[in-house]
Amino acid sequence: MSDQHDKPKNIQDGLERNIFALFVATALAVSIAGIVEIVPLFYLKSAVDYTETTDKYGNVKNEKFPELVWERTFTEDANGKLVADKALYKQDKNGKWTLADWKKGDGVRPYTPLELAGRDIYLREGCYICHSQMIRPFRDERERYGHYSLATESMYDHPMQWGSKRTGPDLARLGGKYSDEWHVMHLLRPQDVVPESVMPAYPWLAENMVSEDFFGTKRDMQKRLSVMRTLGVPYTDEEIANADKAIEGYTEMDAIVAYLQVLGTMVKLDDSKVYRQ
Amino acid sequence: MDTTAKPQYDNGVVKYLTVGAIVFLVLGTFMGTFAASQLAWPQLNFDIAEITFARLRVMHTNTVIFAFGGMTLMATAFYTVQRTNGVKLWSNTMAWWTAILFTIGLLAVVVTISLGMTTGKEYHEQEWPLAIAVALVWTLYTFNFVMTIASRNKETHPNVYVSNWFFMGMMIAITYLYVVNGLAIPVSLFRSYSMFAGVQDAMIQWWWGHNAVGFFLTAGFLAIMYYFVPKQAQRPIYSYRLSVIHFWALMFGYVWLGAHHLQYTALPDWTGSLGAVISLAMIIPSWGGALNGMLTLSGAWDRLRTDYILRFLIISLAFYAMSTFEGPVMAAKTVNALSHYTDWTVGHVHSGALGWVAMVSIGALYHMVMKLWKTEMYSMQLINFHFWLATIGTVFYIVAMWVSGIMQGLMWRAYDEYGTLAYTFAESVSAMHPYYAMRAFGGLLFFSGAVVMLYNVVMTIRMANAKASQKVEAHA
Repeated sequence: MSDQHDKPKNIQDGLERNIFALFVATALAVSIAGIVEIVPLFYLKSAVDYTETTDKYGNVKNEKFPELVWERTFTEDANGKLVADKALYKQDKNGKWTLADWKKGDGVRPYTPLELAGRDIYLREGCYICHSQMIRPFRDERERYGHYSLATESMYDHPMQWGSKRTGPDLARLGGKYSDEWHVMHLLRPQDVVPESVMPAYPWLAENMVSEDFFGTKRDMQKRLSVMRTLGVPYTDEEIANADKAIEGYTEMDAIVAYLQVLGTMVKLDDSKVYRQ
Repeated sequence: MDTTAKPQYDNGVVKYLTVGAIVFLVLGTFMGTFAASQLAWPQLNFDIAEITFARLRVMHTNTVIFAFGGMTLMATAFYTVQRTNGVKLWSNTMAWWTAILFTIGLLAVVVTISLGMTTGKEYHEQEWPLAIAVALVWTLYTFNFVMTIASRNKETHPNVYVSNWFFMGMMIAITYLYVVNGLAIPVSLFRSYSMFAGVQDAMIQWWWGHNAVGFFLTAGFLAIMYYFVPKQAQRPIYSYRLSVIHFWALMFGYVWLGAHHLQYTALPDWTGSLGAVISLAMIIPSWGGALNGMLTLSGAWDRLRTDYILRFLIISLAFYAMSTFEGPVMAAKTVNALSHYTDWTVGHVHSGALGWVAMVSIGALYHMVMKLWKTEMYSMQLINFHFWLATIGTVFYIVAMWVSGIMQGLMWRAYDEYGTLAYTFAESVSAMHPYYAMRAFGGLLFFSGAVVMLYNVVMTIRMANAKASQKVEAHA
């Protein structure tokens, strides 16, 4: 008996006798997949359609498919403020905050404060539980939803909302398909516009101001944009500074509709190109 | 004092966790049944933000997976680690803290999700303060478990029993994946933005997501199987060799599978294919493990007629074998093209979650109740009744989702003779109604079974306590 557990018979026996050795061996065994499957996605250019980050602010370019991204040049001005040659959004003559130098189809860009706030509402209500944002390269999906989705299109999505279930239809290219009024009616009472729908109604969206967060706290968009910049989403200092003002006076409904209307409209994809093997 | 023959174990915390798990099973299956009913009858959303389908669904998954599953794993791990190593817990106090904090943490998770505080990451919705708390509690659990094994008498217990490998493997993988997937920067007390975006985030999320299934719901519950099946059958495990292969193949292999959730998406093709290939290969260790459990019964099959608890354990292995066959089939690209985004996935998850995880847990929980309170069950007939409610409920659920899932997939891709899409999306939604109703009915049966269980267990404990106090009085 005693000589039996003096010396391990083999590696397995040794591991079974030493719990800490088994701990380390198990930890190694579970680590390999992540190293092989995940790490390459951070440096293989093909994983993001050859979109490359060009500066420390998170600005991007794409030489192979230039239409995919909205390019602008970031510099620091005399006061050390981060500025760009093109503005994402600005205040118009009537005092409304609207898109500035970016036009529909100019390429993937960061969200405006209102769209980002709308995206937060989208997450809060758990829309991703029933709606995907990822069109697969099949004929029927193309006809139903549009061009298949590209990785670049969600590169600023922290976190991504590709989803896993289509209890409702895919929303990756929803933007522009319906009017703002349709969306409002649909969110207030889905069955009024789509009788077969099993979607819940969201009447509170029209009542809540988007500048207010949980328990009446302020929805701090400046903080949110600057955290996004830390994570690699390029905003200028001015865009961050105006973020709170840009959502003032809007309801949660306005915000979520702004987000839904931008989905899939950023890039004009070229049907003759093969973006993905 | 007659305590020398049998070592005394720390049973209090296990008792607490056992009852807690059953309570969460009732709560979680209720939420599931209600959410399922909302899909069949959307009026049940009542325009109340806190219980709209999407929030309730996430409350349901968190309650059944993390609260019920987690407490079952804690109860069984603390129960078996003492008995397989012949020692008390390394720290009973730490175990109590783990159990209490875990309960509070999970209740807070459910409440905050109901309020709409979520990371928006599937199966990792709890926001950062709670995610940190849960990770810390989990670390306490792991540490206590490992230290208990380390404190065993190496003369009497030289080799660590297989159930402990599975428990520890589960704890390691869950900590590692949960923490990496949860990396985020807070923007307020209630909200954070994930460090990862787009394709990398998708892969990391499913690397975690699939292993909430692969480790939390599989490796952990296999540990339960490796202890409770032999115990309840009163026979040694069929093959030691098979369990070694089962263990290492699972630890190494399962982590690769997340990529099969992202086939045909913007994830590079090689990653999805790799996930699919390894998924297929996983049939072998999974079936090896299922057979190992079932064959433990060889020569004692007649016990299934009389032992209702054993029935739960064995049918769970049948469901395990079935869903680990179904999984690889669904990971195959051609099948995935049809099944992805449909109810088939939901059905598959539930054949694993109801058929395998819940059934094996229920078997183990009944077993522990009898051992911990040193009593017979209040009613064996009620266990039998529970068994049939659970089994029929699961079958209803799965069949409904197979039909609706495959039907959805086919309707979405159907063309008419003019070469245009045959159905609008809305038509596919209305076609699902009967199956959604049927699924809710299956869920109702399963939930009713859980209620029966809770009643039976409460009555058993009351009966045992009454007897114990009678004894004390008699002695006095």
